[in-house]
Amino acid sequence: MIQSLHQIGVITRLTFREVQRRRLLWIGLGLGGAFVALFALGMYFIYQDIMQHVSEGYRSMAMKQASASMLMAGMYVINFLIVMITVLTSVGSISGEIGSNTIHTIASKPIRRWEIVMGKWLGFAIMISLYTILMSLALMGIVAVIGGGFIPPHPIQALLILILEGLTILSVTVLGSTVFSTLANGVVIFMLYGVAFVGGWIEQIGTIVNSQVAQDLGIVSSLLLPSEALWRLASSSLQPSGITESITPFAVASQPTPAFVVYSLLYTSGLLILGMYVLGQKDF
Amino acid sequence: MTNTIETFELRKVYNDTKVAVQGLTMQVRQGEVFGFLGPNGAGKTTSIKMLLGLVRPTTGSAQLLGQSVSKPVARKRVGFLPEHFRFHEWLQAEEFLDLHGQLYGMSKTDRAQRIPEMLERVGLTEVVRKPLSTFSKGMLQRIGLAMSMLHRPAVVFLDEPTSGLDPFGRLLVRDVIRAARDEGTTVFINSHLLGEVEITCDRVAFIRRGQVIRAGTIRELSGGLMRVRLKLDRVTPELLDGLAYWSNTVEPEDHHEVMLSLVGEEKLPEINAWLVEQGIKVYALVPHHLSLEDLFLQIMGGQASAEELTS
Repeated sequence: MIQSLHQIGVITRLTFREVQRRRLLWIGLGLGGAFVALFALGMYFIYQDIMQHVSEGYRSMAMKQASASMLMAGMYVINFLIVMITVLTSVGSISGEIGSNTIHTIASKPIRRWEIVMGKWLGFAIMISLYTILMSLALMGIVAVIGGGFIPPHPIQALLILILEGLTILSVTVLGSTVFSTLANGVVIFMLYGVAFVGGWIEQIGTIVNSQVAQDLGIVSSLLLPSEALWRLASSSLQPSGITESITPFAVASQPTPAFVVYSLLYTSGLLILGMYVLGQKDF
Repeated sequence: MTNTIETFELRKVYNDTKVAVQGLTMQVRQGEVFGFLGPNGAGKTTSIKMLLGLVRPTTGSAQLLGQSVSKPVARKRVGFLPEHFRFHEWLQAEEFLDLHGQLYGMSKTDRAQRIPEMLERVGLTEVVRKPLSTFSKGMLQRIGLAMSMLHRPAVVFLDEPTSGLDPFGRLLVRDVIRAARDEGTTVFINSHLLGEVEITCDRVAFIRRGQVIRAGTIRELSGGLMRVRLKLDRVTPELLDGLAYWSNTVEPEDHHEVMLSLVGEEKLPEINAWLVEQGIKVYALVPHHLSLEDLFLQIMGGQASAEELTS
């Protein structure tokens, strides 16, 4: 057990260091920082505009409305960044090692295959979680400071769900990386994401127009890849009641139940275990 | 003497059709330098990979240091330099060795002592902080060698360790192998460079289609057979007939030289005396032991199929 933890730790540190050395994380952070700066600027000018043009009695409500909308738009971008960073950093996590033969010097050590997968997954998971926390807190902080103290209803819950979303995609990507080449894996993951994305919209529209078939299609796509449904759940945790009932990326006309979070947790761990099993069966 | 490596009918079949290793049974003794030889496609690399847990055997069994190769713990005291080595090239030389030291389970103190030692042994102390991406092929081979010996392994597998190296590099590899043997490490070498194997190996095994055809020291494998070149004042049919008494193979090279094949050196004085008795002037009588290349061609030459030669 201690031996396993040690080997997992070595691979986790190697993965984390690789992401840093290859500057992927820094590019992600740099672009994220640029986005946060732009967001802060936009937020400031909206605040100025409201202070100048909205009469005093309505200012508070207008500010809350604007803050909530801006936060949702910003968080939607962050949600997208999380997905992109997760896929782009981990798409070749195993296939890259196999393709370049670096796996030979690692797997011939006294290490189990599942320890390699677990170590890699953990390295990326820590990075994705830190990225999500940093970016989300930066955005919420800007909205709270500039937007007159607006705090979303359930910020911690939203943050945890966004992290779970990243981890769900990470597990799918790592599993794919044990099965496909890096390029094929990237194509499969983005197609799956596309299906889940469109499925989410179909479910939303189906709920509004009361179409059971459309709703069922959306649910199936969410079961296939829970990312979009998790975003909707996070989105609902960030919005004050009464703001949304329209068809937007932030709409929560059909909100996943808490059981869906349990499903996503099982999905994430199940796919990770499957990835460990698949690598264990491989010949290099 | 105990065996470091033992395999019994180790077999690998890919996709139920392609037989890579048919049934490898062999023993490698502790502390010896062992050469693993065979034509392309003979299953050498697949055999090594099965011993190192990189490829799962279809059937058969293998043990490293008394442990089944299916257990990761069997690889704790094993080093490996792959043939087509590629490392994490974004790591610096020192970081690279530190990473592998950690994977071998070496303590921090041990790594701190052993890493500079190995870097010095392979002549890379000057580039300790340089990323591997700036290394030449020879330097990568050397850092790979340092990695494979870092944890003072009981057995080390070197898959084509001198391919692509210049003469200085080869000399260094030879020195590292000798140093390892002096420390009691078993060295398992897979190489196409028979001259290198001949210089460094105590024992060799010839394999074909994943089966050991012959194994032993070069002297054992040649069965004491040697070639003898005679330089004489004349070569006559009567002389050739007379020499046939000692050798089945008597080949006149020209009017002054004859090549004989003999088993053992003890017949040489007899032949010399007979030649003098016949009034023949003997200018030279030079015995040559069979080289590994001669043996390889003798053992494998007749058997290598067209498929193997073209693979």
